Amino acid sequence: MSALPEIVNPVEPLLRTERMPHIWCPGCGIGTTVNCFARALLESQRNLDRVAVVSGIGCSGRVAGYVKLDSFHTTHGRAIPFATGLKLANPSLEVVVYSGDGDLFAIGGNHFIHAARRNVDIKVICVNNLIYAMTGGQTGPATPSTAITATAPYGCYEPSFNLCALAEAAGASYVARWTTFHVRQLTKSMGEVLRKRGFCFIEVLSPCPTLYQRRNKMGDGLDTMKFYKEKSRVRNGAPTSEVALTKDGEIAVGKFVDRERPDYIESMRGRLSEQLGDRYVEMECPVCQ
Amino acid sequence: MQADPRGVLTGIHFIDGDHACCEGALAAGARFAAGYPITPSTEVVERFAARIPTVGGIFIQMEDELAASITIQGAVWGGAKAFTVTSGPGFSLMMEHIGYAAMTETPCVFVNVQRGGPSTGLPTLPAQADMMQARWGSHGDYEIIALSPNSPQECFDLTVRAFNLSEEYRTPVMFMMDECVGHMTEKVVIPPAEQVEVYPRRHTRRAPGAYKPYEPEADLVPEMVHAGEGYRFHITGLTHDEWGYPNMNVATQDRLVRRLQQKIRAAEDRLTMVDEHGLEDAEVVVVSYGITSRVAERAIEMARQRGVKAGRCRLIGVWPFPDRHLKALAARVKAFVVPEINLGQIAREGERAAGGAARTIPVTHAGGGVHRPQDILEAIMEAAR
Repeated sequence: MSALPEIVNPVEPLLRTERMPHIWCPGCGIGTTVNCFARALLESQRNLDRVAVVSGIGCSGRVAGYVKLDSFHTTHGRAIPFATGLKLANPSLEVVVYSGDGDLFAIGGNHFIHAARRNVDIKVICVNNLIYAMTGGQTGPATPSTAITATAPYGCYEPSFNLCALAEAAGASYVARWTTFHVRQLTKSMGEVLRKRGFCFIEVLSPCPTLYQRRNKMGDGLDTMKFYKEKSRVRNGAPTSEVALTKDGEIAVGKFVDRERPDYIESMRGRLSEQLGDRYVEMECPVCQ
Repeated sequence: MQADPRGVLTGIHFIDGDHACCEGALAAGARFAAGYPITPSTEVVERFAARIPTVGGIFIQMEDELAASITIQGAVWGGAKAFTVTSGPGFSLMMEHIGYAAMTETPCVFVNVQRGGPSTGLPTLPAQADMMQARWGSHGDYEIIALSPNSPQECFDLTVRAFNLSEEYRTPVMFMMDECVGHMTEKVVIPPAEQVEVYPRRHTRRAPGAYKPYEPEADLVPEMVHAGEGYRFHITGLTHDEWGYPNMNVATQDRLVRRLQQKIRAAEDRLTMVDEHGLEDAEVVVVSYGITSRVAERAIEMARQRGVKAGRCRLIGVWPFPDRHLKALAARVKAFVVPEINLGQIAREGERAAGGAARTIPVTHAGGGVHRPQDILEAIMEAAR
């Protein structure tokens, strides 16, 4: 029997393979998003030494630990302010925040809206599994009404956030939503934000078969792919006010917002040099070359 | 190394402690600050916001203190020296990130201009009641360094030292001012840049691949790198191994937490910073810090006039507590008198250090003002009896 040729997954150089196996459950969508992200990064031909990933806490917060990039696993909800400091201190970095819906929109919600308002040049990827998964499947800010969770045993009766509408209202330069079924579209969106300046937001609807789909009798990971396929409708450019998610209704996907606004550094530089003239001194970045 | 002259406002100034603290940060090389307005500390960042665009750096006003206290840490990993400034309620919000800085060994400075608490307390009036919070406020076992200035001049000098110590030990340093020192205006001499010693970042010389982010040097402090340099490193607040990767087991936890404690405790003698006077013949030692030390000075004088051999031991470095130093002192005096604007936070530390060899008499004050020298004098007289 002849030896099989060695097959190397093209995204492998971007992963800390020595840390595998990862902690994610079978059927979880986070790994799929990481695969898309790795492909988008490779296709972007960015200098990968200049790409930093910042995560908060939760299942998606563990992404930082698996990508072979400069990576920061920060505190719960605070990936965005950490990323803000990192980006401002070294503007040559491409800073990507990778975290979950609970981390970014409950405990970290304030930071999200303010970073979007400032239009800090960071790219935020939100893996939305509709619950707090790491802690056992509790209600989160994106949990749809009537869904069963560990802390809503009779069904959730809070309205959920429409994350895309929130991002747009707060000032994001780019807003898109995909599901883990839409791997090509997601990869393309990730590539777009890597080329775009300003605060960019991608929501990725992702299954948590262990804690969300199981409790809500929605099947396993494969069933969720079928669900995403059936329920999704591409609605590029749709008003974000119309793309709110419900438990069983249509999933509007696509690129909703793509606009130009001066980013934080540009605004700062513009105002300060206008006011101070020659006295304005740019921050010297010890690491930039 | 010498300070970057662009940040050093050499000359003789008449400024308050908050402004002097800002100049100290600039002289130390801080080029990034994040803050959230809170009385009585805001003047530090107001001055920074005005000064930094002509020095070359960034001030960003964040949406809250949770953000400010982690934004600075992002900036540090991006290569900057950075700090944040706050007071009581804001300091409470920063606690988690003091722990994150301790755990990830991120050098940075937290300035706390103390006001009366608990809760909103006395926003415009002084206290020294966050001393234990500075030491123990974040969860888990860790060590920090804390300094306490008693004049605008020291707000300059010791802010420089706070940055230097944070770099040398890779630890968050608490700069524990109080409202009085913060708003007191006095002469502040800022020396020429070549006379300001600045501790550079402990950046590794190892190449990527040969470098482990948490491999300690002989002094138990690991070397650092920054994002964007090609090291592809990982930082986490989880218990981590020398590679910086999460490794949650008892052995790794034990090794890490003990090292974090030991890198500072082992340096206790080097970190003991006291200002002493009249101890040759002293029977009673007034142990104080910050603004209270200036009131205490008058009480010591009055006691001497009454024939009581009183002396001064002013704590400039409060954490790590100078245990060995005070223990030795306790062995040759009758008593410690410890006035402070709280209900006895550091007095209990003094008592612990004395280990029964000398009496410890707290002179408490709930906040909102300073002691009367008379109150301290009475405690000295009682101690001498």
